[in-house]
Amino acid sequence: MLLSIQNLSKSFAGVAALRGASLEMADGEIMALVGQNGAGKSTLIKILTGAYRLDEGQISFAGRDVSFSSPAESQKAGIATIYQEINLAAQRSVAENIYLGREPRRFGFLDHRGMREGARQVLQDFKLDIDVTRPVAHFNAATRQMVAIARSVTQQAKLLIMDEPTSSLDEREVAVLFETIRTLKRSGVGVIFIGHRLDELYALCNRVTIMRDGQTVAVGAMGDMPKMELVRHMLGRELAAFEALGKSADQQAERPLRLELQGAGSGLRVRNVDLTVREGEISGLAGLLGSGRSETARIIFGMDRLERGTMRMSGAGRTYDEPAEAIADGIGLVSEDRKVDGIVPDMSIRENMTLALLPKLRRAGIVDRAREDEIVQRFIKALRIKCASADQPIKELSGGNQQKVLLARWLCTDPKVLIVDEPTRGIDIGAKSEILKLLRSLADEGLSVLMISSELEELLAAADRITVLSDGASVAVLPRQAMSEKALLAAMAHQVD
Amino acid sequence: MTITDTSSAAPTVRKLSSLQLASRYGTMLALLLLILFNLAMTPNFLSWQTVNVNLTQVAAIVIVATGMTLVIATGGIDLSVGSLMAISGAVAPMIFLDTLVPIADPVLAVALAFVLPILVTMAFGWFNGMLVTRYAIQPIVATLVLFIAGRGIAQVITNGNLQVFKNPGFQFIAMGQIAGIPAQVALMLVVAAAAFAVMRYTMFGRQVLAVGGNEKAARLAGIPVRRIKILVYVISGALAGLAGLVVVARNSASDANLVGLGMELDAIAAVAVGGSLLSGGRANIIGTLLGALVIQLVRYTLLANGVPDAAALVVKAGLIVLAVYVQQRADRS
Repeated sequence: MLLSIQNLSKSFAGVAALRGASLEMADGEIMALVGQNGAGKSTLIKILTGAYRLDEGQISFAGRDVSFSSPAESQKAGIATIYQEINLAAQRSVAENIYLGREPRRFGFLDHRGMREGARQVLQDFKLDIDVTRPVAHFNAATRQMVAIARSVTQQAKLLIMDEPTSSLDEREVAVLFETIRTLKRSGVGVIFIGHRLDELYALCNRVTIMRDGQTVAVGAMGDMPKMELVRHMLGRELAAFEALGKSADQQAERPLRLELQGAGSGLRVRNVDLTVREGEISGLAGLLGSGRSETARIIFGMDRLERGTMRMSGAGRTYDEPAEAIADGIGLVSEDRKVDGIVPDMSIRENMTLALLPKLRRAGIVDRAREDEIVQRFIKALRIKCASADQPIKELSGGNQQKVLLARWLCTDPKVLIVDEPTRGIDIGAKSEILKLLRSLADEGLSVLMISSELEELLAAADRITVLSDGASVAVLPRQAMSEKALLAAMAHQVD
Repeated sequence: MTITDTSSAAPTVRKLSSLQLASRYGTMLALLLLILFNLAMTPNFLSWQTVNVNLTQVAAIVIVATGMTLVIATGGIDLSVGSLMAISGAVAPMIFLDTLVPIADPVLAVALAFVLPILVTMAFGWFNGMLVTRYAIQPIVATLVLFIAGRGIAQVITNGNLQVFKNPGFQFIAMGQIAGIPAQVALMLVVAAAAFAVMRYTMFGRQVLAVGGNEKAARLAGIPVRRIKILVYVISGALAGLAGLVVVARNSASDANLVGLGMELDAIAAVAVGGSLLSGGRANIIGTLLGALVIQLVRYTLLANGVPDAAALVVKAGLIVLAVYVQQRADRS
């Protein structure tokens, strides 16, 4: 047994991130670690790499009980980690990066020749023949990954942790990377592979550990775990059923199309998406993490360029270069991460709410405060936003109330299409069903809602139709009458075979 | 999925900690203490002349610092203001001294001497804005370009010569009086009041704060982030140009080596002491005004009581450290 984690628990400020999680793996095994956002994968990894201290539980590594108090200790014990954003010194050479922090020395000076020779040797093992004196920044993402792996090999790592290493690689690069990982495996190194593309997991890994809600919910050999089963374990059933709010598709069929994507693509993340949103419907967008849901929303909203395919708004072809253009066309977007690109924390509720409405609120450049106050009061009441006053800084509100303010930011502009990305993330159950009901009644009044969600229950309850994305392509459209947990899971587990 | 209880939480009533109070009213308090101290200790403090000396000393700083406040509110900084002052200070006398082209009508010459230099510094401000937005250069580096080159440009224009002049029409901006108030002080108050109104009542002011408070969110709300940023650098350039005119008019001379020297740091200091966050998202114009007054008054107090200017600099530095410390602590609590 290379690694055995038992009963691991960790809380942050009273909120449990891990609740008795476990993980076991043998030498030379490639273990897939999967789970939704917030399942506890990263917390577990961070404890393993010494970034966090555990609250409870036992970890034994290479036959010894361990408890790392710093990343340095974990590395010394033989655990190496390769993050998504590779942490190499971009302007230093490949050789210097491989030996960063433990440079070979001769007579007290750096042994440059030794470094170059050593680096060449290691990279040769991975069939990589590159100029090791060139800065890392000159190479593509796959090569940088390889350099990072080579670095861990020279550190005599026994366990290699890879966090979504393929997310920025193309197919050919992925193949090279996998060959490297298999080489490592043959030499007895254990690998924990965190990823979301199921095909890759099945192609590479021996076993899989599935986490949900801070616990390990299933462990098994990759071959004995059908895709459907794996996805079902990952998503689980979280909440008691929401009230069914969706409408059957035949009621919707005659409604005119409002937003239409055909063969839409941009970069590597969005390859080929077909999507329609009709007037007065909630169109759901489902898919596993990394399937390109938020990226599709970014294209519609003018944050990323539509590089391939077409987009139509009320029948007319459109491409937006800036969100401002999408907004002018009547599109609004409530983004996935409130803190990063939603709220302006120092501004008041009032100022946050009217941010997108300002151009319509001005008279000769001056904000019409009377109208602004009237609108803000109306929405605070209508959405039942709990606050001391409209002039309270938004950062003092709870997550659910912040989300309502952000919804109101768009609703007050009277949009035609509202895109909501994970509209109920991080807010409590009461507020969740309140927000879903609100979206429903807005749709009934004619608004077109595109709802992106990881929560099956939420989609099944509120959406009139669900488009499923997988690896950047739309793979299924489920009308209301064909919607079921099983159908949705099957579609999400679909991979290009 | 973590489930945090939210909607049931009662709205919190805000209580200000002593640190937050200090950060909000500290500058005002410091100013009052300084005035009280001077009333007790400095002979002849309560005279029209003392007030005038202090206010005229501070006028140019406040004008520049007002523009700086807007730039800082977007999360940027403008190091070029001192050099831009030198440029406008160099160009203006050349116009009414007919060094460039002879202008027959003296009134027209003076009018052009007010307008053209400011247009020139606005263009340089636009250049700063383009570097920051289109070429995504960090503001501190982008404006360093003109910090260095700007003074050189001013020296090249004037061949490094000192321009001495006497032109009552032009110099009214510094020497004149409006209703008994020195014209430059009136100008300072008008600039500060206008900026205050812009930040408080206009869409532009709101958008400046949104860009500085959360640039991504601002862009997603359809705010023209680039245009806003370019505009604040243009405004900063215009105000620096104006301040340059005030300074040369006051001195009856323009020396490209000296006009606006070190002004960028005085302006930044006034903004910092005045309570605007250097990370952006806030613009406290009144604070900037008070901050500039505090810095000036500290210097005056020390000088009037026989402490050398060098020591005054150390005290100024100490003030800045204290102000920034109080703000950061207040923000974290």
